Amino acid sequence: MKLETHAVTKRYGAHAALDGASFATGDEARVIALLGPSGGGKSTLLRVLGSLLVPDDGHVSIDSRALPHDEEGALKERRGNGFVFQGYNLFPHLTAMQNITLPLREVHGMAETQATQRALELLHRLGLEGHEYKRPSQLSGGQQQRAAIARALAPKPRLLLLDEPTSALDPVMTGEVLDVIRELAEAGQSIILATHEISFARKVADWVVFLVGGKVQESSTAAEFFTRPQTELARQYLEGLSKYR
Amino acid sequence: MRDKPRPRGVNHHDLSASHAISVSKTRYALYALGLFALASAVFYGVFSGVEYPWNWSGVWRYRQQFGYGWLTTMGLSLVAMVVSITFGFLLMLGRRAPWLPVQMGCGSVVELVRGSPLLVQLLIGHYIIAQRLNIDNPIFTGVILLGCFEGAYLAEIFRGAVESISASQLEAARAVGFSKFQTYRFVIIPQALRRALPGTTGQLVSLIKDSSLLSVIGIEELVQKVKIMNAASFAPLEGFLPLVLAYLAVTLPLSYLARRLEGRFAYET
Repeated sequence: MKLETHAVTKRYGAHAALDGASFATGDEARVIALLGPSGGGKSTLLRVLGSLLVPDDGHVSIDSRALPHDEEGALKERRGNGFVFQGYNLFPHLTAMQNITLPLREVHGMAETQATQRALELLHRLGLEGHEYKRPSQLSGGQQQRAAIARALAPKPRLLLLDEPTSALDPVMTGEVLDVIRELAEAGQSIILATHEISFARKVADWVVFLVGGKVQESSTAAEFFTRPQTELARQYLEGLSKYR
Repeated sequence: MRDKPRPRGVNHHDLSASHAISVSKTRYALYALGLFALASAVFYGVFSGVEYPWNWSGVWRYRQQFGYGWLTTMGLSLVAMVVSITFGFLLMLGRRAPWLPVQMGCGSVVELVRGSPLLVQLLIGHYIIAQRLNIDNPIFTGVILLGCFEGAYLAEIFRGAVESISASQLEAARAVGFSKFQTYRFVIIPQALRRALPGTTGQLVSLIKDSSLLSVIGIEELVQKVKIMNAASFAPLEGFLPLVLAYLAVTLPLSYLARRLEGRFAYET
């Protein structure tokens, strides 16, 4: 998969979360990590790449196909993607099972029995056997995030977009969730991941996009970024993060 | 859809916990009994101190009229509830619409209706607006006016509930690919329903009581029937006591039902 953005800008009031961000990955990038300090634009870029947000300016293309800028087209586009956010993204009034089957039926037109089957298959695969009929409030943070991943994977998305999926979790739960993501990456799923887990990114990512202040500072293969960062900012960032781990 | 019931509140296998529950239930009943006795004493003290020749024969003689009045009140209220919920929901949607004129229009309606007395709205609505529209059916006019009046309050209750749904829930709804309509149907309304429930019940109880004002446009509902009954039997007050009981007979169960429903929707803790 080749991701390309050209001068993408996204403003919230006077603040530009993305300020002319441009980069291009290699043709075969499959697990792309968005790295950088908080407030650097990772989350916004992730949403733009997944068509959850339409940029104010600039272009985005995936495998040379331009992403639509109208709401209608963006909706169609993001129905082909799966998203997992930092937390609180399951619907609290539905069970883990219903969280998965509802979009399958209502958005993807799947029959009830098939949707249930697909949900069970995923919940079991992600280690949530016995928790199928619990509501989010009865699940631990790690279980909630795994259920959220199951929901995102259920319609077989082309792209799985993860926005700091472990930031709200303790180290044990973080481990549980990262294990799942690594398995998915190894199984061939295309992933875009915004994260602060630098050592995890080093293990699974094959491409890194490094953002500071709404601009892309570096875009290179993971091997190159982690061994020979080109910019001073990236060097400082990596040093700062690896100090205690 | 399959959905296993979740254990709620107390673990019944825990002996001490179930013991605590039964103790608190007894205590609850005792307090209730005590309060009832106290209220009765105060009530008796007040009433026995007043020189008034109580005469209940009139109330008994006109019991059928009383019954008709009660049925009219309940019938009117039920229809007005449907009108008020519909109107309130539409006003709420209007206040959240992406078009400024619609927002402003609905906002103005809410403020005007909430800011003026129902009595005046009924008089103007019946004697001027309905007249102009050639509607000569006070029951129809009354139900619509009452429904709109309570609907304006409901609109604000609904809006508060809808706006309390967090941005992360709305984003999650977008992320799974729901359209705007689907987001309302599957995410916002089911969650807002529970948060709107206490306020809505209160408003519906008010609606039942406010329906007594419909007598000013000539509808013979319960209060009007009781006034007629009191006048006919030369007993100016007696009819009002059963009237209070007749209202409570509906409003108390309504409140109880709402509390039960709230418990059932309690999934967030």
